[in-house]
Amino acid sequence: MQNLRPINEYRRMRDPAGSNSTRESPVMLSSSLDSQEEVSIEEEVENSDAASATLGNVRCDNPYIVAENIDVFYGDNHAIQDVTLEIAKNQVVALIGPSGCGKSTFLRCLNRMNDSIDSARVTGTITLDGENIHSKSLDPVALRARVGMVFQKPNPFPKSIYDNVAYGPRIHGLANDRAELDNIVHTSLERAGLLKEVKNRLDDPGTGLSGGQQQRLCIARTIAVDPEVILMDEPCSALDPIATAKIEDLMDELSENYAIVIVTHSMQQAARVSRRVAYFHLGKLIEVDETDKIFTNPSHKLTEDYVTGRIG
Amino acid sequence: MAADTSTSSRTKVEAGLARRRRREHLFRAGGMAATMVGVLFLIVFFWTLLAQGSSAFVQTFVDLDIEFSADLLAPDGELDTAYADFDGIARAALRKKFPEVSGRNDRRALNRLISVGAGYQIREAIESNPDLLGRSQVMTLPVAANVDMLMKGNIDRSLPEDQRPLSDQQVAWIDALLADDSISTRFNRALFSNGDSREPELAGIRGALMGSFYMLVITIALSFPLGAAAAIYLEEFAPKNRWADLIEVNINNLAAVPSIVFGLLGLAVFINWMAIPRSAPLVGGLVLSLLTLPVIIIAARAAIKAVPPSIREAALALGASRMQVVFHHVLPLAMPGMLTGTIIGMSRALGESAPLLMIGMVAFIVDVPASFSDPATALPVQIYLWADSPERAFAERTSAAIIVLLGFLLIMNLSAVIMRRKVERQW
Repeated sequence: MQNLRPINEYRRMRDPAGSNSTRESPVMLSSSLDSQEEVSIEEEVENSDAASATLGNVRCDNPYIVAENIDVFYGDNHAIQDVTLEIAKNQVVALIGPSGCGKSTFLRCLNRMNDSIDSARVTGTITLDGENIHSKSLDPVALRARVGMVFQKPNPFPKSIYDNVAYGPRIHGLANDRAELDNIVHTSLERAGLLKEVKNRLDDPGTGLSGGQQQRLCIARTIAVDPEVILMDEPCSALDPIATAKIEDLMDELSENYAIVIVTHSMQQAARVSRRVAYFHLGKLIEVDETDKIFTNPSHKLTEDYVTGRIG
Repeated sequence: MAADTSTSSRTKVEAGLARRRRREHLFRAGGMAATMVGVLFLIVFFWTLLAQGSSAFVQTFVDLDIEFSADLLAPDGELDTAYADFDGIARAALRKKFPEVSGRNDRRALNRLISVGAGYQIREAIESNPDLLGRSQVMTLPVAANVDMLMKGNIDRSLPEDQRPLSDQQVAWIDALLADDSISTRFNRALFSNGDSREPELAGIRGALMGSFYMLVITIALSFPLGAAAAIYLEEFAPKNRWADLIEVNINNLAAVPSIVFGLLGLAVFINWMAIPRSAPLVGGLVLSLLTLPVIIIAARAAIKAVPPSIREAALALGASRMQVVFHHVLPLAMPGMLTGTIIGMSRALGESAPLLMIGMVAFIVDVPASFSDPATALPVQIYLWADSPERAFAERTSAAIIVLLGFLLIMNLSAVIMRRKVERQW
């Protein structure tokens, strides 16, 4: 893990050199955010609308997932506007931004989970390893076997721990016999850091585990299918700090083999686990850059306001 | 300033406390009263039902020394059970107890004390054991319904003779039989083994029970798979558009359509157009399926809707197809609710009589139906028929039939609860 500095450190680092001297220190922000500044933020959004270009660098080396000019509509609501982003293997990309900015929607585009919403319409192209995921020849079932997803609220099936992990391999026919399936289940639980805790009670219901264990069970369930990409939608928001730390360590290990895209509301978490950060605002991708750059020297004022706690 | 406002707020809150508490007490008292009224009605209902109906489960019998006289039964040397005078030997046995009775009218009055069922019972005895011919045996035979009523206290001895169905002479004979211990009460097997009959002491609910059973078999076999399939399709696969809304509204309307309308529909479609025989459990089952289908669809849809979407998303994200999501995850979780809805629908079908009147299942049918196309009636219709009969003895049988019907409803609803407990899982 290249970067474990907490966000406060970033704040201390950038405040002395603060580009805008009229701004109050972060401590007083919540009480002193006056209407004038809100207007200035709105103006900035308007301005960026005109410019419409994402700052920073949306491209990366050896991109595995390439999303080009993605627009998402929920009925008449234009939820995501012209987002372009490249994601490489073996790295964690964090999507941050205030609630309702479209980061979860973007995440759900990557494994076509938006298909299950009748009113949702996605335009633009997304390629996974060079293959268009919206092409007729690619079944969403096959896509989702390659792009796993972990949800905000731990959602194990009301089945045994074993069956939870074995479910994916079973439906995809990944194991030829029981021994092979056992092996997959054990390896997946091992890699999710859960095997030690549940080794003797694999037949107990998965719903009987604690919240953090349930989330790791969901991760084990996801990696049991052997995906290439793992999408995580605020995987730690329902967990306590200890469980969160375990999941974050796990992400770090998993990033050696998978491309991981994580949506998070915690900037500390984004700073700790990701190599690149994408900042969304009102359906637009405002800025993408190396994590260090985003937290220490963001190019866009909205990004700066968000990471310093002024908005969001 | 701040202290002032907080003090005044506090006094305001405290001032309103007593009123709030009073309101809550009033509401609770009202709720409790409502519950009590409901319980009271239930107690009255069950008490009257049991008080009236419980006596129908026992029946009065008389022990008679039956002589299987060859002269009487086989005058020309050959026993023909179809024509032999079994009633005659039963009467002869009774007359032997009262040798002093003479004269046509008195003998008739005496004969009326035993049921016509006595003859059938003697015939069955000799059919199963032909060696009885020429010998004699003590048999326990059913008495006439009026004697039974007198024994159960349903005929008032103190009434003037011309206002009760039994004469003073008949009452005296019965007392004489009681005195020498030849009258006894036993469990009324006929109630459960016989079909309907004009004679109350021979009437049973078996025909109606079997009719109801065959109908319910048809109903569940049709309405559960159809209802479940429709609910799954509408909830999980059908596009949510104006057509779906229209279908939803119509299903809800169908559930509220008076049941007699379904009977008319059954008459028009199944009997007149498809020419399925009238009075058959097959038609009844089809009509009851139409009746229960909307109930099952609504219950099943509610059960499917109640499955948390997170489970569906989890399965979808693992790469399960929509059908796999439904059959591996949604259905197991929705099954308890679906089964409960089905059993509630079945209970309604079991208690339904109006649509059956329209399709000829209200007929007087003596034979117990043995197949889906035999003429049959159903339990609630049998209750309706008996309630209409003038004989005093049918009153208690009506109550008994209601008790049996309620018993079946109770068993069905209990099994729904047990099944739900068994299949229910936490998530």
